[in-house]
Amino acid sequence: MKEINAWAAIALIVLTSTTGDVLLSYSMKRVGDVGELWRRRGILAVVGRALTTPTFALGLMAMAVAFYSLLYGLSWGNLSLVAPASASLTFVANAVAARIFLRERVGRRRWIAALLVAGGVVLMAI
Amino acid sequence: MTFRKYLVLAGITVCSTVGDSLLARGMKELGAVSLHNLSGLLLAVLNPWVTAGILLLLAFFSCYMSALSWADLTYVLPATSLAYVLVALIGHFRLHEEISPTRWLGIALIASGVGFVAGGPSFTPRHERHNSQDVAREGVPSEVKP
Repeated sequence: MKEINAWAAIALIVLTSTTGDVLLSYSMKRVGDVGELWRRRGILAVVGRALTTPTFALGLMAMAVAFYSLLYGLSWGNLSLVAPASASLTFVANAVAARIFLRERVGRRRWIAALLVAGGVVLMAI
Repeated sequence: MTFRKYLVLAGITVCSTVGDSLLARGMKELGAVSLHNLSGLLLAVLNPWVTAGILLLLAFFSCYMSALSWADLTYVLPATSLAYVLVALIGHFRLHEEISPTRWLGIALIASGVGFVAGGPSFTPRHERHNSQDVAREGVPSEVKP
């Protein structure tokens, strides 16, 4: 029962944080280089511009769900299982999602790395 | 990539690692949250360890958003994913969680995957592109072919 709950939390974390990562990455690309914007217009301009990007709010909501799933998962499983498992599965899911939705070019090097990480996650679950 | 940008990436790694382990410590104090008592999750933020963890995760989030504004998602994630290994090591040494040999091997595999991505010529500086809206829509090659 404990294991099932931990893995259900992990699955939920992967789904929601991938959604969040893609939405936030998309939003921040629209906002533009934060460091540069900060120098030119100040920190308030950065915050204002991010908050007025609609996809940013959606991404935040997805991240909030992911965060509470993490709290839930951590209360059931070990930190050294839940945190790396969800984070690295998210890494793989993000590579796929970034390629499809953000149209980032994910080269062979990145796919091999994704498989290595996925293998590592399986080993950690044994 | 400037020195300040590497600092931002380091901030992502350290803040998320320490933040996660503070959260774990707080959640261990509270004990397992059951599905029938989900309000326990909302009250969890009152625990000082959880509060400290949340503050660090806020710092992590600021650094992360900054990085995403000038780098690919598929660059930022691997470049900062040393955090996964750090989190396991902190779990082992500070929280005294068991790490079996197979789990150590898993950590090594994840770390090598991370190195594989981060070590490659896989970054096209986005900060040269001011018309960021078009960047998001069209997508640009995020990797220089070896």
